[in-house]
Amino acid sequence: MKKLCTLFLTFLKIGAFTFGGGYAMVALLENEFIAKKKWIDKKEFLDMIAIAESTPGPIAINSATYIGYHIAGVPGAATATLGVCIPSFVIIYLISLFFDQFLSLKFVSCAFRGIQVCVVYLIFSAGVRMLKSLEKTAFNTVLVTGVAVCMIAFSVFAVSFSSIYFILLSGVVGLAAYFIQRLHGKGGDVK
Amino acid sequence: MIYFKLFLTFLEIGAVSFGGGYGMISLIREAVLSNHWLTESEFINFIAVSESTPGPLAVNMATFIGSSQGGVLGSLLATLGVVLPSFVIILLIAAVLSNLLKYAGVQAFLSGVRPCVVALILATALTMGLSTLFGFTTIRSAPEVDLRGVVILLLLITLHFGYKHFKKKAPSPILMIVLSAGLGILFYAF
Repeated sequence: MKKLCTLFLTFLKIGAFTFGGGYAMVALLENEFIAKKKWIDKKEFLDMIAIAESTPGPIAINSATYIGYHIAGVPGAATATLGVCIPSFVIIYLISLFFDQFLSLKFVSCAFRGIQVCVVYLIFSAGVRMLKSLEKTAFNTVLVTGVAVCMIAFSVFAVSFSSIYFILLSGVVGLAAYFIQRLHGKGGDVK
Repeated sequence: MIYFKLFLTFLEIGAVSFGGGYGMISLIREAVLSNHWLTESEFINFIAVSESTPGPLAVNMATFIGSSQGGVLGSLLATLGVVLPSFVIILLIAAVLSNLLKYAGVQAFLSGVRPCVVALILATALTMGLSTLFGFTTIRSAPEVDLRGVVILLLLITLHFGYKHFKKKAPSPILMIVLSAGLGILFYAF
């Protein structure tokens, strides 16, 4: 019980103080669970990050569920996930009640017109950063260009096509490339 | 029924949003625009709020949209929806499928998803930029250039690279947002 309590409070704290999303959280998690509490070792932590990054969903939630489970089973996973969500939920719920009134102030609405430009730029530079960290292979180049061009074209011509399909199709392309490569490899061996 | 719809929409987003916070922006944008839950500029405003408050973008978005469409219950259900897939998938991996990510098939699938997510982020930013700065959404819309917005963009780019050059690291998103708020007031209020 005491463990669950500590787990809950720790994730509550992490949820309340991580600005800037998932990656900012990784450093905090490392400090809390490896350095201070020694609940998880370095190797396991790195495995956890790899899993949190490659599964769908926010990295913060994924790592809370994973660490919670490792420390105290399913109740631990639920407690940690709940803890990490509560601060966002409360803060954003309160903001949502007043946001429209806040925006109707003249200076605020002007400020937000500037902020909108900034948000678009931030998203774009996050995309560029991720692009730079991708391996420079022909496969990646073709896929990035293909998906981006299709998506922009669909949006310009008002064709509705959900991003979900792009994600699933690209996954299938990844699988296909893998199987083709394997068949090719085997063909080579026979010769 | 709005509660059901909110829950299902966010469940779907939670289940396919690879690549963390930015990766799900395109999915959430499509959902809120096609359901008329928010307009493009409301959506972008809210991303700014989300960047300046703690917590994962997905949870923030779900809470905000849930609350605007269905009050407390709506925001609870939307948040539950977006968290549930992560929770279940991670539990499965941690409990029974600890080798899931080591399977070649799974790796191959992810090797396709990874570049796709990058493309989605870049394309979403470009379409958002076209509609915010140039009033250009589809081929049928009449473009209208927001010159002041373009100047703000140029100033932000200069700032970003200048900061990087002198401080050897990128400025934090919050710093950029605060500065752009100042520029917004300066350019649009007077």
